[in-house]
Amino acid sequence: MDFIQEGFIQAIKLLVNRDPSTYSAISATLRSSTLAMAASLLLGIPLGYILGYFDFSFKKHISIIVNTLLSLPTVFIGLVIYALLTRNGPFGEAGLLFTIPGIAIGQTILSLPIVIALTATAVEGADRNLRITLMSLGANRKQIAASTLWEVRLGILAAAVTATGRVLTEVGISLMVGGNIKWHTRTITTAIALETSKGEFGMGIALGLVLLLIALTINVSLVGLRRRI
Amino acid sequence: MKRNMNSEYKVVFSLVLFILLIFPGVMLCANSSQAAEDKDELLMATTTSTDNTGLLDYLMPAFTAQTGIDIRWTSTGTGKALKLGENCDVDVLLVHAPQTEIDFVKKGFGKDRRQIMYNDFVLIGPPGDPAAIKGKKVSEAMKALRSSNSVFVSRGDNSGTNKKERALWQLADVPIPEKEAWYRQSGQGMLATINVAAELNGYTLADRGTYIKYESVAAGKPALLILVEGDDVLLNQYSIITINPKHCTNVKYDMAQTLSAWMANKEAQNLIEEFKLFGKQLFTPNADQD
Repeated sequence: MDFIQEGFIQAIKLLVNRDPSTYSAISATLRSSTLAMAASLLLGIPLGYILGYFDFSFKKHISIIVNTLLSLPTVFIGLVIYALLTRNGPFGEAGLLFTIPGIAIGQTILSLPIVIALTATAVEGADRNLRITLMSLGANRKQIAASTLWEVRLGILAAAVTATGRVLTEVGISLMVGGNIKWHTRTITTAIALETSKGEFGMGIALGLVLLLIALTINVSLVGLRRRI
Repeated sequence: MKRNMNSEYKVVFSLVLFILLIFPGVMLCANSSQAAEDKDELLMATTTSTDNTGLLDYLMPAFTAQTGIDIRWTSTGTGKALKLGENCDVDVLLVHAPQTEIDFVKKGFGKDRRQIMYNDFVLIGPPGDPAAIKGKKVSEAMKALRSSNSVFVSRGDNSGTNKKERALWQLADVPIPEKEAWYRQSGQGMLATINVAAELNGYTLADRGTYIKYESVAAGKPALLILVEGDDVLLNQYSIITINPKHCTNVKYDMAQTLSAWMANKEAQNLIEEFKLFGKQLFTPNADQD
């Protein structure tokens, strides 16, 4: 139990002393998750919107597939991406294995179904009378679509928060695709796995607390954003 | 209509805000991927024991300083390290499973294999020693473990240590256990496996380096003690293998050769000898010279 207490003290020390390897892991985590979130939001919000807003054939089937993909195991994604990025693999020439963008590709696959599914649910759940009201007010299609998107903004924000949480905390993809290379692809979560395997439980706890602190910072700024919009 | 105009404006506003939030991160990435294209960079796959003990963090800065080669490594079990080599994802390997390594070179995946250093394995167990293996020869100890049905925790992960353990059962003419109730496969790294063995009051095979680390974490009160050691069959040889450029055209063979030669030179061998963890020497250099 001592190591939990030790972890708290260690976490403060790491941050205050600007420990270079910790800051390198923080930077790796932020870079890969920012890239992944940018990609999954840019792709996922329009796709989720289409899935929730329009009626088309096979809509139910697509929903089921998207919801199933919510259960993708991270280690499995890691293996699949590894198979694609390995030097002899189909995309081996790109040299993305053991790089941050490589990790981000895997994390995008992890977060995309979350963004699509939660955006679609939010759009479906929007007041059905909204469309009729807007139409009667003489709004054109574009304006109706924009207004609906605006009405579900908090749902989309919730989708982004959920997906960010998943991306920040995954370890399977980072370990397999990133390789946990010090100063380069060692993220906070792979560093926790490493410290734990080294028996440095206190350090593992400390890094976990650092990750929580990052998540707290992100969520506090999102609350600020939520108030504004 | 005014309301709608307003909301369109807000959508644009939040989009701009979103891009502003994302932009710095993307910029950072653009910078770092430029750095990643640096040509003078060698990629090595190695086992957890060389990395977890801190040997590479201690040794590799000297290599970079002398040769200007930036080296990066990923540490996994020997099984996965060899697979990364076979798939051309790394340029060089530092591993410890001699028989598998020789096969690896025979199959044309590896080019040169050079012995670098060794440490040794130890059989550890509870102080009470219910199977009475203390001080026995290894093969006798393995037989005693089998017949006493005491808990034995195996790595079960195809790592170098796991391969050694299976070889020891065979050496003692004992069928390799698999589903036996007393045989537990942790599927985890060495230190985690020692901890599992300690919780179960059982035995396990460990490399000495990791055991020293465990001992120090336990602050002088280790739940498991070394019971069998010093037998020749417990030797744990580490070798460096360059990946065959005929098998992998992209591989940085020249740099890998430089590393292999450097590890064998007198200075690096001295550094290895001087490397200590908690006052104890971890590895004994024994490089093959050209």
